[in-house]
Amino acid sequence: MAKIIVDGIEVDVPPEYTLLQAAEAAGAEVPRFCFHERLSIAGNCRMCLVEVKGGPPKPTASCAMNVRDLRPGPNGEPPVMLTKSPMVKKAREGVMEFLLINHPLDCPICDQGGECDLQDQAMAYGVDKNRFAENKRAVEDKHIGPLVKTSMNRCIHCTRCVRFTTEVAGISELGLIGRGEDAEITTYLEKALSSELQGNVIDLCPVGALTSKPYAFQARPWELVKTESIDVMDAVGSNIRVDVRGREVMRVLPRLNEAVNEEWISDKTRFIWDGLRTQRLDRPYLRVDGRLKSVSWGEAFAAIAGKVKATSGSKIGAISGDLAAVEEIYALKALIGSLGSTNLDARQDGAALDPSLGRASYLFNPTIAGIEQADAILIVGSNPRKEASLVNARIRKRWRAGGVKIGVVGESVDLTYPHDYLGAGPETLAEIVAGKGAFGEILANAKRPIVIVGQGALAREDGKAVLAAAAKIASAPGRDEGWNGLAVLHTAASRVGALDIGFVPGEGGLDVAGMLDAAGQGALDVLFLLGADEIDTNRLGSAFVVYIGTHGDAGAHRADVILPAAAYTEKSGTFVNTEGRVQVANRAAFPPGDAREDWAILRALSDVLGHRLPFDSLGELRKGLYGAHPHLAAVDSVRPAGITDVAALASAGGSLGKAAFANPIHDFYLTNPIARASATMAECSALAAGQLAAAAE
Amino acid sequence: MLSDKDRIFTNIYGHHDWGLQGALKRGSWDGTKTILEAGRDWIVDQMKASGLRGRGGAGFPTGLKWSFMPKQNDGRPHYLVVNADESEPGTCKDREILRHDPHHLVEGCLIAGFAMGAHAAYIYVRGEFIREREHLQAAIDQAYEARLIGKNNVHGWDMDVYVAHGAGAYICGEETALLESLEGKKGQPRLKPPFPANVGLYGCPTTVNNVESIAVAPTILRRGPSWFSSIGRPNNVGTKLFGISGHVNTPCIVEEAMGIPFKELIEKHGGGIRGGWDNLKAIIPGGASCPIIPADQCEDLIMDFDGTRAVKSSFGTAGVLVMDKSTDVVRAITRIAYFFKHESCGQCTPCREGTGWMWRVLERMSRGEAEKREIDMLLQVTTQVEGHTICALGDAAAWPIQGLIRHFRHEIEERIDLYSRNPKPVERQMMEAAE
Repeated sequence: MAKIIVDGIEVDVPPEYTLLQAAEAAGAEVPRFCFHERLSIAGNCRMCLVEVKGGPPKPTASCAMNVRDLRPGPNGEPPVMLTKSPMVKKAREGVMEFLLINHPLDCPICDQGGECDLQDQAMAYGVDKNRFAENKRAVEDKHIGPLVKTSMNRCIHCTRCVRFTTEVAGISELGLIGRGEDAEITTYLEKALSSELQGNVIDLCPVGALTSKPYAFQARPWELVKTESIDVMDAVGSNIRVDVRGREVMRVLPRLNEAVNEEWISDKTRFIWDGLRTQRLDRPYLRVDGRLKSVSWGEAFAAIAGKVKATSGSKIGAISGDLAAVEEIYALKALIGSLGSTNLDARQDGAALDPSLGRASYLFNPTIAGIEQADAILIVGSNPRKEASLVNARIRKRWRAGGVKIGVVGESVDLTYPHDYLGAGPETLAEIVAGKGAFGEILANAKRPIVIVGQGALAREDGKAVLAAAAKIASAPGRDEGWNGLAVLHTAASRVGALDIGFVPGEGGLDVAGMLDAAGQGALDVLFLLGADEIDTNRLGSAFVVYIGTHGDAGAHRADVILPAAAYTEKSGTFVNTEGRVQVANRAAFPPGDAREDWAILRALSDVLGHRLPFDSLGELRKGLYGAHPHLAAVDSVRPAGITDVAALASAGGSLGKAAFANPIHDFYLTNPIARASATMAECSALAAGQLAAAAE
Repeated sequence: MLSDKDRIFTNIYGHHDWGLQGALKRGSWDGTKTILEAGRDWIVDQMKASGLRGRGGAGFPTGLKWSFMPKQNDGRPHYLVVNADESEPGTCKDREILRHDPHHLVEGCLIAGFAMGAHAAYIYVRGEFIREREHLQAAIDQAYEARLIGKNNVHGWDMDVYVAHGAGAYICGEETALLESLEGKKGQPRLKPPFPANVGLYGCPTTVNNVESIAVAPTILRRGPSWFSSIGRPNNVGTKLFGISGHVNTPCIVEEAMGIPFKELIEKHGGGIRGGWDNLKAIIPGGASCPIIPADQCEDLIMDFDGTRAVKSSFGTAGVLVMDKSTDVVRAITRIAYFFKHESCGQCTPCREGTGWMWRVLERMSRGEAEKREIDMLLQVTTQVEGHTICALGDAAAWPIQGLIRHFRHEIEERIDLYSRNPKPVERQMMEAAE
């Protein structure tokens, strides 16, 4: 620890702290533009200048100087730093003036207005008059894709966006060209950014140079009601803030959670909101003479009751979709159970995950933050960049820290960091399990290895054997005490929650494939789809399909009855992310039209079906849920799953197949019904497909 | 005046063979092995004792700089980098070394590399120096062929010397920007600390020296530090290449003793001021970034670090720009301000925004289209740039303007008066008259 006196207050800080951090430790505020905790230090805005005693008689950039770089006083006194001296005040005013001379005075029409660092700091540290009599600089705006809008006149060249894209997102597509006052941020060739994390530059930009293109001129920050919530676009469970005006979601922003998403979110998370407005199911429908007809809730329920009562429990099935919250899955399970059916499944892709094998068998056990402790990472049948962009960003962060080897078995893809491509299929995996090859040895000797198993490796015939092979590597001897390296990477936000409450076939029950077969053969009469759109609805035969969901997607097109439900921003719901972290999404807006929260629909339906569910409110539902599954009550925490389950899994064995692993997600932007309803996502998808085609040429 | 026997660069005018044979005749590569055998510490001590101050402009003691390199190798290689990116307007001394006496530099690289434990030296040559680069490369090739440098050379210290060339950016003469450029990145200065002696080229301990500092080292070590320090004044010792340009009768590069009076330098080597001494208006003593000195202070001006500092200027690289009374001094400084605006790398705010602002104000002032209060504003803006930037380019841009306002404020005011009396340029009046 090193002592330093900041504005007369002596503080004890680690010597590697920067002066800026030391000032914060002492409670002194230091303005900054270019400095960002998660990016490398640029030291170029010069806003954080402070006065340091004993150094040269000029201000020092506090973001770039370590406490240990300061010399103590002549008698060994701690170094002295001043953040409020006249020299500092003058320096800040000077830098502020320089930043403003070429900055346009367009705050009234700037989307950053109201949440602009430059605006705020100009108020706090600037001067009120303008001495600049020359013409302001004009910079051409750049086209960098459908998500980020540029207004380059406003750019203050802090290079946060450049550092983010190269360091965190791992694409070298944004840079500063030219020099002096002609320097410009650009993608060199006016090419759209290809990162799925590019939206974060909007948050990083301290001015209005990079703003959200879909949100442009939509709202002012002070008009918005802000609700803290959880994202469902992937199984990461990114912490988000949903900004709403009236009934409409206007934008989605990240929230800080070091354990999950740090302060980034993926583009799908950020720009999905226009999908919440289009293709919405806003009233119940009933299929009459082959056409869907708008009906009342009562008519819809009566139709369902007629069909259910006419059949037996074993001919009823239920499939839960990717965006469902634990509460409604729990309600659906209770309802289906009360109807005497065990045909339940949440694994739309047919992944070989079985909650009876223990929770460790389907969780991302090392946790996302734990990736930073890994010393070797094996990725099997997964492209984390598309399946869980923030997990990929975390792996990249780990790679940047150095000392880790990353191997990939499956499709060879660009992960934004160098990795050893080991092979395409199970044979390679078997060799690694046997400790053969360079990477097999690395894994065998690793203390804290992580084996990431994607759904592409599990949703296949030999999925169980693949999982067992991964478990074998993870549970091999010589690992650090308490380290559980088996990491199942989910792609669906609802999956872990559904597995946690056992939404899988009961005794004699059918799984998804079984239900589809049975429906096709006429052996299944009634099928409930809880937002399940990723199944092949053409195979449902003549079954009576009840679709409970939000969007007119595949499930609704096939449905005989549509019950309009609430999207993730319109209900309070529990989601368990891929690492087993229980998080609660909050309601930011109300569902449109006659749509209702899913659990309430199921509760009302149960009454009509004559099997009234034992709860009248969400609170009562949760009471029952928490009683049956206590770990779900521990919100914002992960209950670690034991390594013993992994060892047991490893001995399960099974024979590996021959076919190469295929990744489950190929179009990052169109993975769920909300995304498929979003025009922004469609544009991104088309662009990505075009870029792919161009790259192939 | 420096006697011929005390000159280090004996082929500075290129009258003789610049190649290895000529260099050997002139004494280069003589006893180099003996110098190396005396050991690393001895060389650094000798350099310290000689009092040589860096010839790149800042005047940091060269021996001291060499001693900053880690004594023990921690596994990272050490590097010597020679800054031959001589781009300062008014300075062209290194160029003469590179094209006419390159073996001084090559030998200096071996000795300096040995003294700092470096097996590789990179010479970063200004992009515009084409012939200079060719001569330097030829000299290096000759030295390799004669096994004077390279692996298993006759001197017993493996030394590889590489020539890299810039792409024409002034900022790449700043030592850390130069390192960035050498690494293949955009030439933008790095934040200090860490200093290059700890984290330099490719993150390894590195010393960056000026061409002249390295090139004089072999001769200093051969003739002894006391010989070198006996020339000039205390703290400003040795010989130095002076560049004389501008309104003199015979512009030239000349090696002279430090501390030579300005008047003597000009009369002896520059052939006197054009139109006589009384026609002198001002000088810039050490390249464009040094504050201007008016004629009345040039009378007794001593040309060394302390002598120029006494008149609030700086010695820089000793590239003297002489301006006679025909010079529009406001215009001249405006041009210099434009140069710095053009060469600012754009990395940090005060320099990026300030240089353009200062130039534009000066541009108006040089036409008189300004107000007198703007002179003080301009001066204040220069202080807002100076000392607030990552590298010294901000200071270099501010000083000439400060010098101008300090000494020639009256000229700016006269021009403003002239313009406000009749705000039409002379040309336009003539055009109107012709119509």
